Amino acid sequence: MSTNRKNRVGSRLYMALVFFFLYAPILLLIVFSFNAGKSGVVWQGFSLQWYAELFQDRLIIQSVYTTLLVSVLATAIATVVGTFTAIGFFSMRRRWRAPLLTVNNIPMMNADIVTGVAMCLFFVAVFGGWNYLASNYAFTVNLFGAIYRITLPKLYLGFGTLLIAHVTFNIPYVILSVSPKLRQMDSNLVDAARDLGCTWLQAFGKVILPEIMPGIISGALIAFTMSVDDFVISYFTAGSSTSTLAMTIYGMTKKGVTPEINAISTILFVVVLFLLIVVNVRESRAEKAAAKRQLS
Amino acid sequence: MKNNRSFLAIPYVVWMALFVVAPIIMVVIYSFTTADFSFTTDNFTRMGTFAVIFTRSFKLAIIATLICLLVGYPLAYAMAREGKEFQRVAMLLIMLPMWVNFLLRTYATMSILENNGILNQLFSAIGLFDFLNNTMGTDIQYFRMIGTQGAVVLGMVYNYLPFMILPIYSVIIKLDQSLLEAARDLGANSLGVFRKVIFPLSLPGILSGVTMVFVPSVSTFAISRLLGGGIQMMLGDLIEQQFLGGAYNPHLGSAIALVMMIIVVVCMWVMNHFGEGEEQAVML
Repeated sequence: MSTNRKNRVGSRLYMALVFFFLYAPILLLIVFSFNAGKSGVVWQGFSLQWYAELFQDRLIIQSVYTTLLVSVLATAIATVVGTFTAIGFFSMRRRWRAPLLTVNNIPMMNADIVTGVAMCLFFVAVFGGWNYLASNYAFTVNLFGAIYRITLPKLYLGFGTLLIAHVTFNIPYVILSVSPKLRQMDSNLVDAARDLGCTWLQAFGKVILPEIMPGIISGALIAFTMSVDDFVISYFTAGSSTSTLAMTIYGMTKKGVTPEINAISTILFVVVLFLLIVVNVRESRAEKAAAKRQLS
Repeated sequence: MKNNRSFLAIPYVVWMALFVVAPIIMVVIYSFTTADFSFTTDNFTRMGTFAVIFTRSFKLAIIATLICLLVGYPLAYAMAREGKEFQRVAMLLIMLPMWVNFLLRTYATMSILENNGILNQLFSAIGLFDFLNNTMGTDIQYFRMIGTQGAVVLGMVYNYLPFMILPIYSVIIKLDQSLLEAARDLGANSLGVFRKVIFPLSLPGILSGVTMVFVPSVSTFAISRLLGGGIQMMLGDLIEQQFLGGAYNPHLGSAIALVMMIIVVVCMWVMNHFGEGEEQAVML
């Protein structure tokens, strides 16, 4: 027993060390967001000036907005598409499903830079062909006597391609976290619902969806995390006019990061910390309640 | 499910064909052509000139992966033996850093390692340099850490350690406790239980952790640029330069990307070979 306790102290000390290693840079980041000077290494007194300046900085605010918008949109699209695709895959024959799942794994397993570069090449080539078409052909439409000349719009790398890229690398994660829940689900439940007169859509809403909800939620969370954290794929697909926060930071690292960046990451960190704590407290409460119900 | 719902997958299959398969075909086409799109294998034969970068990338990525495994496995193991509440909090603590952009974390690491950074300030505050200079007769004001391969490896470990811990943890936590009891009942000591039962059974988690650390490590370009001070160029930097950097040559860049993709396929094959049906382990 005593050796066991000693072991436990040792292992906890070890964990504390590793966590210190993981958190030291983040703590530093947060501390220096309150620095009065511009330096990231020399403390010059407490000040909130970087938080004030942050909200004046169009570039940073714009890139935070782009990051959040693309992450939210990509997560929403990927969650819906991924959930239905998972159901589709589930009811597919193995012969078809296996190769499709392999292709589905590609964006997850491939190095980010390979995915980014491949999409960059693809978009540039397709848009090149399209823009050639657009600049050489125009349609004329005769509408109620008036003749309209319609030229095809030119396409460039930008928010659209960024969104497509994010959706593409998010969907596999949703499929991967929904599929196990589908496999665990009792398929008799759906049959029972159908026998009792539900249409497939009703059965989906009343039976399948509640059963696989945890998988959908965790898939959406993973997708959102991946989107917010992504730098490499965005870097290759966003073009020069659109910039996510990560891209802005990367651009700054070349000439020195301003402490405004520390300030914005501190804010984001605190928000995420708060959300995670809320989710966790609720989960652990629900678990305890479930345990109590089982006892009584 | 009596009536077949496979058609629900059709939109995504089309999407994959467009945005996953077609881009990869583009990479293959580019890597085997010249600027005027005639067939060539030059892009691959020319790669010999980058042998230094290839070996450096692999060396650093392998070292980083090994360190992650050596640090991450005991942590995952220790975590799995704690109580449920503890595990929940620890899990949260491991996931949380991922929410701070990795570039920022790497930048913060930079300010720790710099010549006038926190670590060197600390060393000089405790009088380490004075002590060394007095005893060894040297004259050093700081340790040079930025721009070394050690700094790049540290950055990789720091960024990718959670990717090693999570899959290993999720495998260990699911281990059948009765197997451990059986091993103990049959006379195995704790080392024996670990060596003969726990370790072999956690192999799928280790393999997916290794892949999840190795692949991004070998292909990184931001970490090596920030912490390597621009002198420790890696494969990722090389590719990036061919597409967006000064040495514009997407054909050569595609060829290098293709080689990298093949490495990933090999990794995937090895993983599928060892850990069958461990999709969940890859995730969380």
